[in-house]
Amino acid sequence: MRGVRWLLLKDLQILRRSPLQAVLLVAYPILIAVLIGFAISREPSDPRVAFLNEVPPNTRINVGGQELPKANVKDRICERVECVFVDDRDEAEEKVESGDVLAALILPANLVNQINSLSTLTPGVPEIEVLVNEENAVKAELVDDRITSLLAQANLQIAQRIGAEGGRYLGLLVNGGQFSVLGETIQILGLRATAQILKTVTPALPPNLRPALEEVTEFATQARDNLDVAKPLIDRLAQPIAVDKVVVGGKSPPLEIFAIAVAATLTLAFVVVLLVAGSLALEREENAFSRLTRGLVSSGGLLGEKVLLGVVVGLVVTLLMLFGMQVFSPLDLGRVPLWLVAILFSAAALGAAGAALGAAAREVRAVSLLAFMVTLPVAFLSLVPSGAVGAGAFDAIRIFTALFPFKPALEAITAALDEAGPGIGGPLLHLTVLFAAYAAIARLALRRFAAV
Amino acid sequence: MRASGVVKRFGDREALRGVSLSAGPGELVAIIGPNGAGKTTLLSILAGIARPDAGEVASADGAIGWVPQQAALYRRLTVEENLLLFARLEGHEDPRASADEMLELTGLGERRGEIVARLSGGNQQRINIAIGLLSRPAVLLLDEPSVGLDPRQRARLWEFVSSLAGRGTTVIFSTHDIQEAERYGGRVLVLADGESLFDGSAGELREAVRSEAPEAADRDFETAFVAYLQHRGH
Repeated sequence: MRGVRWLLLKDLQILRRSPLQAVLLVAYPILIAVLIGFAISREPSDPRVAFLNEVPPNTRINVGGQELPKANVKDRICERVECVFVDDRDEAEEKVESGDVLAALILPANLVNQINSLSTLTPGVPEIEVLVNEENAVKAELVDDRITSLLAQANLQIAQRIGAEGGRYLGLLVNGGQFSVLGETIQILGLRATAQILKTVTPALPPNLRPALEEVTEFATQARDNLDVAKPLIDRLAQPIAVDKVVVGGKSPPLEIFAIAVAATLTLAFVVVLLVAGSLALEREENAFSRLTRGLVSSGGLLGEKVLLGVVVGLVVTLLMLFGMQVFSPLDLGRVPLWLVAILFSAAALGAAGAALGAAAREVRAVSLLAFMVTLPVAFLSLVPSGAVGAGAFDAIRIFTALFPFKPALEAITAALDEAGPGIGGPLLHLTVLFAAYAAIARLALRRFAAV
Repeated sequence: MRASGVVKRFGDREALRGVSLSAGPGELVAIIGPNGAGKTTLLSILAGIARPDAGEVASADGAIGWVPQQAALYRRLTVEENLLLFARLEGHEDPRASADEMLELTGLGERRGEIVARLSGGNQQRINIAIGLLSRPAVLLLDEPSVGLDPRQRARLWEFVSSLAGRGTTVIFSTHDIQEAERYGGRVLVLADGESLFDGSAGELREAVRSEAPEAADRDFETAFVAYLQHRGH
C-alpha cells in the first residue's frame, strides 16, 4: 500500500505538470454542465412558420345553412408555432427558400367554401398549402411532423365544432326550442313535448283511434330516448379513439434528470478511461514499468493505483459537474450519498476497463485513441432505446453494451439522481461483475507484457 | 554475481544457450556481441526481470541495481522528485537524505529542481544510473548505458561508473561500442546467437585472435573482435 500511495502522488504531480490536461479535466465537465444546463433550462423554441391567410374576412363555416361560431384556427395554430405573417405567396416562398422560416402555411381563398361544400351533394376537397424547403432531410421531417400535427389539431377542432352543432340540432329535435333560419325564428316542438301532447289527447279520442295514436306516442318516446344516446356518439366521432397511457415497465425519471445523468456518465467515462489507460501506458512509455515491477510494487498494486487515480479524479470531476448543474436544474441533495455510491462503483468499473486497454498498449497516444474509439460508440449505443432499431439489432446492442461499464454506470447514476429512475441495486451488481472481469483481463495483459 | 548454464527461449527461438558468467566485487564486466546475441536478455535475467528456462543465477547479499537501456524515469518530474519517488518506493528511512546523496554522487545537485525532460541525454542517463544505485546495490547492471551520448557525456559517464567500481560495486554492462568495452571492461564476455564464445580480458581476446588472424590482432580492438566472430562462423 505504501508504494500505491507514492505512485498516486506521483501521477497527480504529473497531472498538475500537464496544464492542458488539467485544464481539460476541469473545463470539460464545466462546459458540458453549462451546455446541458442551458439546454434543459430553456423552453424549446417554437418553429417559425410563415402564415398567409387568403380567406376573405368574415367568411364562416356553414353547416346545414347555419354558420358555425368562429373557430379561431389561426390563433390556435399560432399558439403552437411562431407565425410570421406574410402578405402574399411570393413573400412566403422567399422566406422558406432563404431559411428564415421552416415552412409556409397558406390558407387559400376558397378554403371555407370547400369546407362548406362537404355538407352538400357535391362535396369538394378542402386543401391548405404548405411550402417547405427540403434541403435538409432532418429539417424536412421535422416540418412534416409539425404540419401534420397542426393539421390534425385543426381537423379535430373543426370536427368538434360540427359535432357540437349536430348535437345542438339533436337537442332541438328531442327537447324542442328555438331555431333561426334566414333571419326568422322558428319554434321547434321537440319529441319530448310531442309525446307528452299525444299522451294527453289520447284518452279524448274514440277507442278505435287510440291504438294508432298510441303507436305514434310510442315512436316519439323511443325516438327521444335513442336520439339522447346518439348525442354522445356524435361527440365521440370527432375523436373516436382516446389514449389511456399506462406505464408498465421502464420507470423513467424526468427528461432533464436523464440528460444530466447522460452528461455526468459521459464525462466520468471519458475522464476515467482515458486517464487510467493513459497513465498505465505512460509507465511503459517512460520505461518505468520494468523498474517498478522489479520488487518496488506488484503488478496488482500498480493496477490498483491506476484505478484509484481514475476513481479520485473521476469523482471530483463528476461531483463538480453535478453541483454545477444545480444552477440550472435543482437536484435532490438528500440523495448525495447515493450519488457517491453510484460514481464510485461506476468509476471503479470504468477504471478497470481503462486499465485493460492501457495494459494492451505501449504508447499514451495510441491508447488514448483506442480508449476514445471504444468509449464513444459504446456510449452512443447505450442510448439507443428499444424499438428504435429491429429486435435482432437491439438484442445485439444490448449484449454489446452490457460488456462495457457505460450503460450500467448510466443506470446507476440515473437511479442515484432521482427516485423515479430504475433501481440502483442491479446496475451496481453489474458494475461489480464488470470490474472483476476487466481487472482480471488487465492483470493478464500486464503479465504478458512483463514477459516481453 | 554468478550465473551458470542459463537458457532462455522465446517460442521456438533460443535466445540464450547455457550461458555462464561470474563477477566479483569491484569488477567491471563488459558483455559484447552482435545484434540479437542475447546481451539484454542475459542482463534482464541477472536483474530478475525475466526468468531463465534453465540454469541458475545467484548473487551475494545486497540488492542488484538495474539500469535499463532507455532512461526509466518520469520526464515530467524534477530530478529530485524522481529520486525521492524511487527512494520512497524502496522504503528508505530517510528518502530525502538518499536523494541528496545521489545528487551529490551524480554531480546534479544544482539541477535538482529541473524537469528531467529539459536535461540532456547524458544527464538523464546519470539520473537513470543514480536511481539504479539508490538501493546501494552490490551489483550494478547497465544495459548499453552510453547509447545516444556524445563523446564528452560518454567520458563523464564512464568516469562515474569506474568510480563506483573503485568503491567495490560489481558492474556488468552491455555495449555495442567495442572500444568502450576494451577501455572500461576489466573482463569481456562475448555472446553470439545466444552462445557464450569468450570470457576473459580484452588482451586475452587479442591473443586468441592472433593465432587465427594475426593481421587483425594488431589493429584496433573492433577489427580483432570482428575477426574473432568470423572465425567462429558469426
